Amino acid sequence: MEIEKNFLDQSSASVKTTDAKSLRLVVDTRQTNPMKKMFVESETAQPSLTDGPAKIVIRDMNFYYGNVQALKCVNMTIPANKVTAFIGPSGCGKSTLLRCLNRLNDLVDGARVEGSILLDEENIYRPEVDATDLRTRVGMVFQKINPFPKTVWQNVAYGPQLQKIRKRAILDDIVETSLQGAGLWDEVKDRLHASALGLSGGQQQRLCIARALAVNPEVLLMDEPCSALDPISTGRIEELLHTLKERLTVVIVTHNMQQAARVSDLTGFFLLGELIEFDDTKKIFTNPGDSRTEDYVTGRFG
Amino acid sequence: MKFFQQFFASGTLFIWLAGGALACSLLLIGGLLTIIFINGMGYFWPKDLVQLTLKNDTRVLGEIVDTQRIPETATADFPDGQTRMQLKVGNRDVYGLDFRWVDEADIAQRTWPQDVIAFERREWGNFYGWVTAVWDGDTPLVKGRDIAWNAWYPFLEQAESLHREIHHIERDVIGAINADMERARLNLKTLELKGKVSVDSADSLQQDIQQRELAYQEQVQRLVGLYERLNRYRVTLIDVTGEERIFPVGGLVKAWRPNAMRVWDKTLMYVENIWNVLTDEPREANTEGGIFPAIFGTVMMVLVMSVAVVPFGVLAAVYLKEYAKQGLLTRMIRIAVNNLAGVPSIVFGVFGLGFFVYAVGGTIDQLLFSASLPNPTFGTGGMLWASLTLALMTVPVVIVATEEGLSAVPREYREGSLGLGATKFESLIRVVLPCAMPGILTGLILAVSRATGEVAPLMLTGVVKLAPALPVDSQFPFLHLDRKFMHLGFHIYDVGFQSPNVEAAKPMVYVTTLVLVLVVLLLNMTAIALRTRMRKRYAGASV
Repeated sequence: MEIEKNFLDQSSASVKTTDAKSLRLVVDTRQTNPMKKMFVESETAQPSLTDGPAKIVIRDMNFYYGNVQALKCVNMTIPANKVTAFIGPSGCGKSTLLRCLNRLNDLVDGARVEGSILLDEENIYRPEVDATDLRTRVGMVFQKINPFPKTVWQNVAYGPQLQKIRKRAILDDIVETSLQGAGLWDEVKDRLHASALGLSGGQQQRLCIARALAVNPEVLLMDEPCSALDPISTGRIEELLHTLKERLTVVIVTHNMQQAARVSDLTGFFLLGELIEFDDTKKIFTNPGDSRTEDYVTGRFG
Repeated sequence: MKFFQQFFASGTLFIWLAGGALACSLLLIGGLLTIIFINGMGYFWPKDLVQLTLKNDTRVLGEIVDTQRIPETATADFPDGQTRMQLKVGNRDVYGLDFRWVDEADIAQRTWPQDVIAFERREWGNFYGWVTAVWDGDTPLVKGRDIAWNAWYPFLEQAESLHREIHHIERDVIGAINADMERARLNLKTLELKGKVSVDSADSLQQDIQQRELAYQEQVQRLVGLYERLNRYRVTLIDVTGEERIFPVGGLVKAWRPNAMRVWDKTLMYVENIWNVLTDEPREANTEGGIFPAIFGTVMMVLVMSVAVVPFGVLAAVYLKEYAKQGLLTRMIRIAVNNLAGVPSIVFGVFGLGFFVYAVGGTIDQLLFSASLPNPTFGTGGMLWASLTLALMTVPVVIVATEEGLSAVPREYREGSLGLGATKFESLIRVVLPCAMPGILTGLILAVSRATGEVAPLMLTGVVKLAPALPVDSQFPFLHLDRKFMHLGFHIYDVGFQSPNVEAAKPMVYVTTLVLVLVVLLLNMTAIALRTRMRKRYAGASV
């Protein structure tokens, strides 16, 4: 109960912080060079949420599964050290876009990408970019909770070990800091060498977050991380997001609009492969620019 | 009408059919195993010897093996008809046959003499009778039935240790000398073939050979002495008809008085007999003695096959499932692989003979063992080729099972691993394959089950009736995969259906079958235990 109260407080606080600096992002899907007019000041001319440097810039992104177009000319700029949420009904392409950000869709048969995604102003889809290197910079937490059938320690050390870190002391250190970063250390410090599958669902998901943190990523992608969790575990992870965004950029896909409202600074609304609206979370939920967004967030469809 | 409709709809009939089918299968398997078990285990029990006096005053001594009703002999006195019994009378050298049928109607008297002795001999099967005298050379040491029984036992033990020594010299010492000599001879021949033979090197090799020849002669002398000692003490045995035979003690393996033994003694002997069969080498055209070389050959062949088939099958399945572009071609390959599993094993045998033995083995001989040609080294059937042939036969099973195991690994594991910066290969090695391990082991279990019982391809690629040496011994290079070997399945066929003395071989067939079933069970249990451990480790993998 206390936790729930706690995160409710926090979420209202987060909304408050975004209150003062609201900015309207104009997303024009037909524009050929959107970067020029990416940010247009809103009528109120309040200070921009995206004052900080842009972490990821998506330009004219089209995505196809075979002949099916899953994303249609998406343009957006995701700022650093913020939580950005993607919302929209099932099949709208939000998860597809998320998986494009670390090129996990490369492995899907028949997948094809047009346009570019810039991470720190470098296109991650250039042929010379090594997808595995990219994925150490852009970590991911999945909807289906997927700790490996190994021990807690092995799960967290998995990423660092892939980077040829062999010294036990260093690995121990990384494991501890990562677990602390995911708020799991106190719960598992006595069972580091027990199977990760013995943890509860919420603990497992935080372990997956710790595992992603262990490779020290710049961006953390979360694909509906709480859809299989109870409200208390969900609350823990939402709290965690507030601390995590100090260190890295978080992009979260969620079906739960309350969650988007609680945790995110910016929200993008997707429909049928198109980015309909991308703006401050507060704006999206209180005064959306597009009627379809309004219909969705007020529960009229979707 | 409605009742029947409801009855069919409820599925009761179907459930009964399904249950009945299962019960039938279990009954058949259970019955088969019971017959094998009872007959196989019964062989080891020391049976009582019955002495029959027939109405025509002849006497017969032996174990009762079987009784059966004589057809169409029912009379007023015997409404059920008369019976006859089969006796194992032994003494094949005296009677020519060791089994005999006796009509019960002809029997005047049955007795179970307490002092009758059963002898197990190295040749000619068992002897049933009494010992009347012990001889040292030509001078009698003791005479009289009971005195002789008590006096000669130490000689039997001595003979046993002499036999062990002779065996050691013949197999290990002389074997090593022969191997060294052969090596020196081949070196010499290789030099000659290459035209590089110098006077010095030829001389030193010749000397080497001569030295070994001397050592060989020395061992032969030792053997002659040992054989003399072995044949020095002799015993006079007398059978129930009064025929006497004199045997060297060294010709006997053991002797016991079954009618005087208590249950406890018989139990001890029973265990000892089981142990002997499992550890001894066969005698008398495999119908007596043990089956150790066949057990060893079977297990080793299966292990070599597993070592070959698992990496091969897993790699093939990994490529087919993980790397190959899925399409018409992979579908056709899958169908081909499945069909390969249904090809009769003899076809694989012929292929193994043509490809492995003649093509590969022949080439190896040409390249590496040319000095010993025309005697083939690898160009003839052997452990390696038999194992590889069976590996080829079972590889489809492993491929299919591995593919299924790989499909069962949740996509989230692969993506989770890739998301942490692992390459596809690293994910495969560190996450996907360990998770697919239970599936791979299932494939191995199926492969082992099929390979252990297979005989036909082995007959073409390396199994023999009697192998002179095990494929593993103390001579360099210790593992002789070129050697021919014995196999339990072939042993059953050979002993049961190629033996001149079928009746005497029958118990051995049951024993061998039982051991083969147990070997399959043991190998499978090992793999299953391994799989259970893996499963436990990956339990709850799909949260």
